Amino acid sequence: MSFWFWHGLRKGIQSTRYPARAENAPGVSPGRPANTDFPTVEEAQLAAEICPTDAIVAHGKSTSVNHGKCVHCQLCLHSLSSPMNWEAGFEWTRLPANQTESHPLPAAFAKSMHIMVVDAGDCGACLHEVKQLNNPLYNMHRLGFFLTATPRTADLLLVVGPVSENTRGPLLKTWEAMPTSRKVMAVGSCATSGGVFGRSFMCACGVSSVLPVDFEVPGNPPPPLAILHGLLVVAGRKSLKSLEPISEGRP
Amino acid sequence: MANHSSPIEGGNITGLADLTGILVERFGAQVVQMRAGRNFILSLSLAQLSALPALSRFLFWEQGCAFGGIIAEENSSSWQMHYAFLQPGTGWIDVEFSMPIETTSLPSIVAEVHAADWHEREIEDLFGIHFENHPRLGDFVLHDQIWHEGIDPMRKSFSASQAQFEGKVDLEWQPLLVVGDPGSFAMPVGPIYEGGVGESLHFLLETVGEDVIRAVPRLFYNYRAVEKIAEGRTVADALLLAERFAATSAFAHSLAFCLAAERIAGVEAPPRAAALRVLLAELERLRHHAGAIAAICESTALAVSAAQAAIIEENLLRSSSVFADHRYLFGLNTPGGLTRDFGSEQCRRLLVAADKAESDLLILEGRLRLSSSFLDRLEDVGVVTGDRARDLNLVGPIGRASAQHCDLRRACSYSGYGRFEFEVPYETEGDGYARLRVLFAEATQSAKLIHQVAGSLEDGPVRVNYEVNRPGAALGWAEAPRGAALHWLRVDEEGVVERYRAITPSFNNWLGFHVAAENFAFQDFPIILATFGLSATECDR
Repeated sequence: MSFWFWHGLRKGIQSTRYPARAENAPGVSPGRPANTDFPTVEEAQLAAEICPTDAIVAHGKSTSVNHGKCVHCQLCLHSLSSPMNWEAGFEWTRLPANQTESHPLPAAFAKSMHIMVVDAGDCGACLHEVKQLNNPLYNMHRLGFFLTATPRTADLLLVVGPVSENTRGPLLKTWEAMPTSRKVMAVGSCATSGGVFGRSFMCACGVSSVLPVDFEVPGNPPPPLAILHGLLVVAGRKSLKSLEPISEGRP
Repeated sequence: MANHSSPIEGGNITGLADLTGILVERFGAQVVQMRAGRNFILSLSLAQLSALPALSRFLFWEQGCAFGGIIAEENSSSWQMHYAFLQPGTGWIDVEFSMPIETTSLPSIVAEVHAADWHEREIEDLFGIHFENHPRLGDFVLHDQIWHEGIDPMRKSFSASQAQFEGKVDLEWQPLLVVGDPGSFAMPVGPIYEGGVGESLHFLLETVGEDVIRAVPRLFYNYRAVEKIAEGRTVADALLLAERFAATSAFAHSLAFCLAAERIAGVEAPPRAAALRVLLAELERLRHHAGAIAAICESTALAVSAAQAAIIEENLLRSSSVFADHRYLFGLNTPGGLTRDFGSEQCRRLLVAADKAESDLLILEGRLRLSSSFLDRLEDVGVVTGDRARDLNLVGPIGRASAQHCDLRRACSYSGYGRFEFEVPYETEGDGYARLRVLFAEATQSAKLIHQVAGSLEDGPVRVNYEVNRPGAALGWAEAPRGAALHWLRVDEEGVVERYRAITPSFNNWLGFHVAAENFAFQDFPIILATFGLSATECDR
């Protein structure tokens, strides 16, 4: 049994150096469509039409992307003769629509933040990516981020899923049980816009229709580093300057 | 080591011709009319509903069929019911009947086929059809403390887009408690998972202290009414739902959905697409099993092994992202084939990743086998005997750990699985360790399959033109990482979905969870849960 200790040591440090250094390992992020200028109006129109969730909007020859609605179906990448631009990276955290500013937690929390994760009808992908943050390759403990078992000691409520009707009550109870310095982060396209599920008698079309949301991490699912970026923003360790309010209209 | 063989399930397997003969003799030609269909090798139209339980017993117990599920469809003037049974090696048998729309009850088959329990409860809850003599109907998908009785959301008259209900009823809902020993009490666990990251689901542990006598899951917190909101969408839009209701087995579910859509339109994916689908499905299985193994290691608090399994899983997620631009293989399947082709260099890099994962898993398995304190926590924990597994029709790795050999890739081949050589490993002990061994053995087989497919890829297109030009219904199936997945699809002449039904392995297997979670020590609960490796969201849809 003692051999585990030896094997563990021998593996060495596997964790990413992010945020101190950039992380470019292949496959850490699937990327996402970016705003694109097309040669003709028709091509821009085609790109907007192929998007099943209306995440792509055409303005003349150019298109813009509302990432909160993008469900990563890749049609605009692989099924168009002139595809959309694709951007690498994972620093995707943004402010919720119609919100001009959000404040991170006070400085005292910067290196010790306790997170309560709530599954509000998630398909399993976002939740799985949150779970990956605890694996040695990401190891969020090194940054002072901890999962907590009780809302009483939680600083951040991390919500995945579109908020299904049967989880709405438990989600609200969790939120109410948290200290009022709490922040709320919606992770994934379903949590930001309802995703493919949309609004129905069973789905609330995103967390912001139930709770005040401070930050959003769009993506379907956002890769672990995108979620880590969100945590760093909430902790005030990534600057808010890069965060600009989004202008596209949302339902 | 896992056993390697793939015998056909127990029971007296008779050929199709013999089967029809016995059916006529036993039930009479007036009661059961037989015809071969496009979907099913045999459709049995029932004229007398009273024959349903006896016919179900005959197929399930005497013919050794596996139970697929129940599909209810509401047409304008009638109910159309399908009971799907699988005769391994032969094909799907559909027991179908229609009844007037005014019908409010039909005979339950639960007393004959226990596996039908939750199917009937779901139909009762969502369609409002009563099943006579079912032991417990009521609170199931729609939780009674927030939903009025008498709401039947799957009925056509119910609009999915209607506003959510305000002013919920606050019934004094109480869970059913069975244990009556002095000093016994019920401990609620969930729905918000305490201590880490977990899906929304609730358990009620009935206990007298340290020993838990009974643990019953309460599911459907993540019910997003996928089957309901798919209605009225185009096939392409419904595919987005089929792919995204349970992301950890997204490819298998989208594959089953596409196979159903293709069967309706009468098209078939070209050979290269079919082979690549096998490759991607096995990549998903390999990644899923690595994750399931990581979860089992974590549940026993053997931290280094959990970390190493998690690294294997993360590396496979990254390889998937490099190979297919998505860590969970979204956006690949499309009715008619795949959305894109993959080059030989891409395949070669994937092979390297799969080989690495396979050898890392072998090393991990070898070390775990030498860790006595780890094995102590898995052996004889959460035992499901072969008889109980058969009784409850457990599928996938959980069923195979209890000697249920049924694997759709073998029992009813699809997407060209019949062309490839692979084994279906199984175990007989039915405990947590048997389930872990099955996961390891299946992961090895998946890596082998990936090699075979990549080595035998034919050139050619990966997509045929798909157009819905006729109304129809079809069944698509796939062996998802957690077991058999069935997708039933009905479209009208314009390609709009009229009925979509997804029968998932987690739905099947959660029914059997209480068997493994009977009379156990409280500290074993996370281990039983992890070795079952079920997904609540895949069950809830």
